[in-house]
Order: sequence, then structure tokens, then C-alpha cells
Amino acid sequence: MKRLLFFCVACLALMVLGSYVTRPVSPGYQVGDKAMDFKLKNVDGKLVSLADNKAAKGFIVVFTCNTCPYAQAYENRIIQLHRQFAPKGYPVVAINANDPVASPGDSFAAMQARARSHTYPFPYLQDETQQVAKTYGATRTPHLYVLTRQGTDLVVSYIGAIDDNSEDAKLVKTKYVENALNDILAGKPATPNTTRAIGCSIKWKRA
Amino acid sequence: MQFLKPLVLSIFLLPTAISSHAQQVAVIKLPELEKRLSQPNDTTYIVNFWATWCAPCIKELPSFEQVNAAYAKQKVKVLLVSMDYASQLDKKVKPFVLKRGLKSEVVLLNEPDPNSWMDRVDKKWSGALPFTLMLNNQKKKRATFEHEFTQAELTAQLQKFLQ
Repeated sequence: MKRLLFFCVACLALMVLGSYVTRPVSPGYQVGDKAMDFKLKNVDGKLVSLADNKAAKGFIVVFTCNTCPYAQAYENRIIQLHRQFAPKGYPVVAINANDPVASPGDSFAAMQARARSHTYPFPYLQDETQQVAKTYGATRTPHLYVLTRQGTDLVVSYIGAIDDNSEDAKLVKTKYVENALNDILAGKPATPNTTRAIGCSIKWKRA
Repeated sequence: MQFLKPLVLSIFLLPTAISSHAQQVAVIKLPELEKRLSQPNDTTYIVNFWATWCAPCIKELPSFEQVNAAYAKQKVKVLLVSMDYASQLDKKVKPFVLKRGLKSEVVLLNEPDPNSWMDRVDKKWSGALPFTLMLNNQKKKRATFEHEFTQAELTAQLQKFLQ
């Protein structure tokens, strides 16, 4: 009987483990969590860390890519966000976590070409191991995180969507991330601090 | 000559009538989707959220089509919910459905602000496509999958609902 029970427990454990193995996405960050720093290669070939920018009050970290229609639809709005909020202490840091094998249009060379042709005013980093996306809990593109400096930590203060209309910037009624940043700049917690959006799945490496 | 007009017209319209009979793509709002998914019956719904621009979605579509055909005589309903923009209905979605000869029912969910409705579909959905919801209200079973299915996995998950 004991042996049977052990067998059942072992099976259950394997099932649970198995489900983790097939789902590469960890639960990731919630608002209030301390965000990890990273060291990723920028399109200019240099390694970039958040710690490099000591003057920033925080960061707008956006997981995006070259190939997703939603990411493309938001590209100009992400550039605008940087132009609007970098002078106020919140620059954009864009990260592409797509596996270039699964999505050749997201190769490092293609990232360089896109950043050049669209004159990105912010770093565009390749998350080669996908570890940053997994730690943050990014699942789609674009997926955006606002980090604010609190003492020596960077704390997640907003997660989610850019605004409420991906198709047409002119039809936007609520600018979620802009509102969140304005709240934060006014010394208040972002309200809402979490929103949801549709996007392309991040293309994970095959295990 | 005038009497020929309806005849000529109907000859031209016939093929359109046939093809549109093969597959309509209704444009719906969230309340209609919610209504359809809250029927208190023993039907197992497989609701796949996809888009014509989503490569992994397109890759797994044949699996849903296979299930739709294989379980046609059982209480299984496959619903393919396109997340394409409504402006793309005639340009992209209808031609795609026609070209692929999709037999499962296809609807287009016309709701521009996902933040306002996604948790009413499912709280666990982070927003990535493809996303699949399986539910059977009478059996009080519900499962969500935010990843691409293989045929074997889809069938195995469905079997759990039919037991």
C-alpha cells in the first residue's frame, strides 16, 4: 500500500514537473517586486545594464521584437514614450527575447537593421538566453514594465499594456502607461498598476 | 432582355452563396461570446483565440480542424475566435478561412481594448496568442492553455473532458 502511495506521489510530482518543463514561462514579476538587472548586448555591440544609467529615476523596460504586428503597430508609440519620459528620468530600454531560430526576422542583424532604419533613440537589446524575459514573466510582445528606483533597488511599478487601442493610435482613449508614469512622477502609485493586452507570444527556444 | 437580368445575376451570385454558406465569419462582441460560453449544457467547448498574422496559431489550426471533424458526432464544439482587427475581416480573415477551407466555426471578436475584457474570458490569460480555453459547464470543467498545441496533446486534453 505504501509503495502504491509512493508511486502515486512520484507520478504526481513528475506530472507537476513536466508541466513546468513544457511551460517555459515563470509566473514572473508582480507590481512591488524588486527587478533584476541584466547585461545584454545592444544593437551597437556594447553590453548594457540598467546599473550603467545611474541618473535615471527608473526605466520603461519593454519586451518587443521586429516581427510581431502588434510590436510594429506600437513601435512609434514606444519611441514617443522615450522622447516624452526620458527627459523626466524614465528612458525606454527595449529587449528582444525571441529565439532567432524560431523567428529568423528577429536575428541580431535584423535587430540592428530595424533599430537603424527606425532610428531607435533607446537601446535595443538581445536577450539571447531568454533568461531576462523568463525572470520578468514576459509572455508576449509588446509587454511593458515600468521600474522605479527606490533606494538601491529597482522596483516594478507598472506591468502591462501601452494603451487601449493597438490598431490605431488616433483612436486611443486611455494611455495606460503614460497615466501610470504621470502618477509615478507625481509621487503616487500607478493606478491601475497592471493592465492586459494581446500580443504575439515570445518565441521560446525548443528545449 | 429585362427578364434575363435575375437569371444572369443568380448565376454570378451562386458561387458566392455557396462559399459563404461553407463558412460565415460573424463579427461578435464580448457579451455574445460570454453568452455562448455560459450555456449550462454538456457540450465541451474548445475555444481557440488566434489571428491570421500569428504563425504558431496557423501551425496548430489543423489540429483543431482534425478534432472538429473527428468529434463531430459527440458533444464537442470547436470555436475559432479570430483576434484580427475587424477592419481586416474582408481583406485577411475571410480569404484565409476560405483558402484553408476551415470547417470549424470562425468568429471575429471585435473588442479593441483587451484590458477591459480579457479577465472575463479568463484571469490566467496573459495576452499571448495562441490561447485556448476548454470548458464543459455541466461537468464544471475548465482548462486554459497559453501555448501551441500538438495534435496528440489537444486530443489528450479533450479526452480528459469527455471522460
